[in-house]
Amino acid sequence: MIRRQRRILTNRIVLGLSGAAATLGLVMLAWILGDVALRGMQAINWDFFTELPTPPGMVGGGVANDIVGTLLMTVAATCMSVPFGVLAGTWLSEFGRDSRLGSVIRYFSDILVSAPSIVIGVFVYLIIVRPSGHFSGWAGAVSLAIIMLPVVSRTTEEMLKLVPHELREAALALGAPYWKIMPQVIYRAAAAGMATGIMLAVARVAGETAPLLFTAMNSPYWMESMNEPMANLTVTLFNYAMSPYDDWQTKAWGAAFLITMAVLITTITTRLILRKRSKH
Amino acid sequence: MSTETKKPWGDSIFRGLTLSFAIGILLLFTAIVVSLWHESLPSIHKFGFSFLTSSAWNPVKDDFGALIAIVGTLISTLLAMLIAVPISIGVALFLAELAPEWMKAPFGTAIELLAAIPSIVYGMWGLFVLSPIMADHLQPWLADHFDFLPFFTGPAMGIGMLTAGLVLALMILPFIASVTRDVFLMVPQNLKEAAYGMGCTTWEVVRDIMIPYGKKGIAGAVFLGMGRALGETMAITFVIGNAYHLSWSLFAPGTSIASTLANEFTEADSDIYLSSLVELGLVLFLITFIVLGIAQMWLRRGNQGGGL
Repeated sequence: MIRRQRRILTNRIVLGLSGAAATLGLVMLAWILGDVALRGMQAINWDFFTELPTPPGMVGGGVANDIVGTLLMTVAATCMSVPFGVLAGTWLSEFGRDSRLGSVIRYFSDILVSAPSIVIGVFVYLIIVRPSGHFSGWAGAVSLAIIMLPVVSRTTEEMLKLVPHELREAALALGAPYWKIMPQVIYRAAAAGMATGIMLAVARVAGETAPLLFTAMNSPYWMESMNEPMANLTVTLFNYAMSPYDDWQTKAWGAAFLITMAVLITTITTRLILRKRSKH
Repeated sequence: MSTETKKPWGDSIFRGLTLSFAIGILLLFTAIVVSLWHESLPSIHKFGFSFLTSSAWNPVKDDFGALIAIVGTLISTLLAMLIAVPISIGVALFLAELAPEWMKAPFGTAIELLAAIPSIVYGMWGLFVLSPIMADHLQPWLADHFDFLPFFTGPAMGIGMLTAGLVLALMILPFIASVTRDVFLMVPQNLKEAAYGMGCTTWEVVRDIMIPYGKKGIAGAVFLGMGRALGETMAITFVIGNAYHLSWSLFAPGTSIASTLANEFTEADSDIYLSSLVELGLVLFLITFIVLGIAQMWLRRGNQGGGL
């Protein structure tokens, strides 16, 4: 009887500890989001979205150019990485499924997914920024695209694998060549899944700072082209948060609020879509 | 007759096109390593192997060594792992097995959201919210109660190694937890039911069935988190203190490879300075490559049906 009681007691203790760990996660999430929202709201006003940054120490202004810069670079990075990643993912799923080369590529892209993003920034600095002689929005976009690429290719592969084989066989039986089947049947069947994968990749790079520090760098002005140092929210957040000015620190919280909301809303929406689809 | 053997040329082109992009990923990987290595050559030639063992970091005299940054990276990662691994395994168990059905979805979503918060937000929160708490409460408490250890001495400034480790732990916790949860979810239901049927308590099923079955996968998840922690930049740069200084005390400010790069890369005014920074980046890339490589190996084996 003692032994049985001890087993039940141990069980209760472990259940309690594990529940406490999960609760801790929930509390930390609420704590961080709460701080970001409370402090961020103070910075949010009309000027925040429409004005340029003020010179150091001056109160007022906004981060309009940073918002535009981040959006432009993220869109450019998406345009670069999606065709590349989708085609690579197509090969992994359709032709390289059981090949040795396929597993090597899969292995390296999985490592690339978690590789330090700051090193990607150093790489892009060496191959684009230094040869061209200046920081630029394009360099920033390329470094974001490199981070997105393995995510896009691996999710494309997974989503294409979910398309039933019978669908390919049915189309082949009609005499259609593979290169027509892919866009007209298979991509279409996997479209929603691929789109959510791309959105998750976008959400991931939208908050990236490290690879932009020495590629896009930053700028207090409206950009005239992507071929010059480019304003962006995350590097501005970094500079403002590290500055000694109260007004800038408040704006840094505002920027953090904006980025966090954008990233979380994208993540939640895509997860909901994925969950709904998997239930059908 | 001939049409049976003739392959449509469109398919060959399509196949070749997709193959070239897939190989493009490998080429990209190679290009990263080669360009970092090439740019590191001046530093490799000048300092040789002693780059890794020298604690010098003097831009004025052009004398550079990676030791302090490497040690700082390892210590902050180790601290983060010590804190995050037990908690995330607890979270994973809760999500996979212990939680009542209605609690799984909200807790699962919360963990996924924690993983989605950008690292710079963690860093900023660490600097403005966590650091003051560390300086006013946790560090004085540790100094009072554990003053016989060399780790908790010196002024309580809030920022420093310990705070960096805590923020890092918070960042990698959701990664480890969600991968570990997936590993636990792959344990076959019939194994667990057999154990429950023999009268095992939940903890006994976890200890004797789920953990042994998923141990490779769990190890993979832990290494994945470690790879993330080693290369994490923004969360650490805010709170580590950025000082070239080795100290036994975890209260003291330090630096890591990633935060050194973030702080100094655009300030490098001589070729050897830049080259040394790039070599730091190369060292970081190689360390994370090894750690993540091991993680992927274990996760893959784990996926192929573990103990059965």
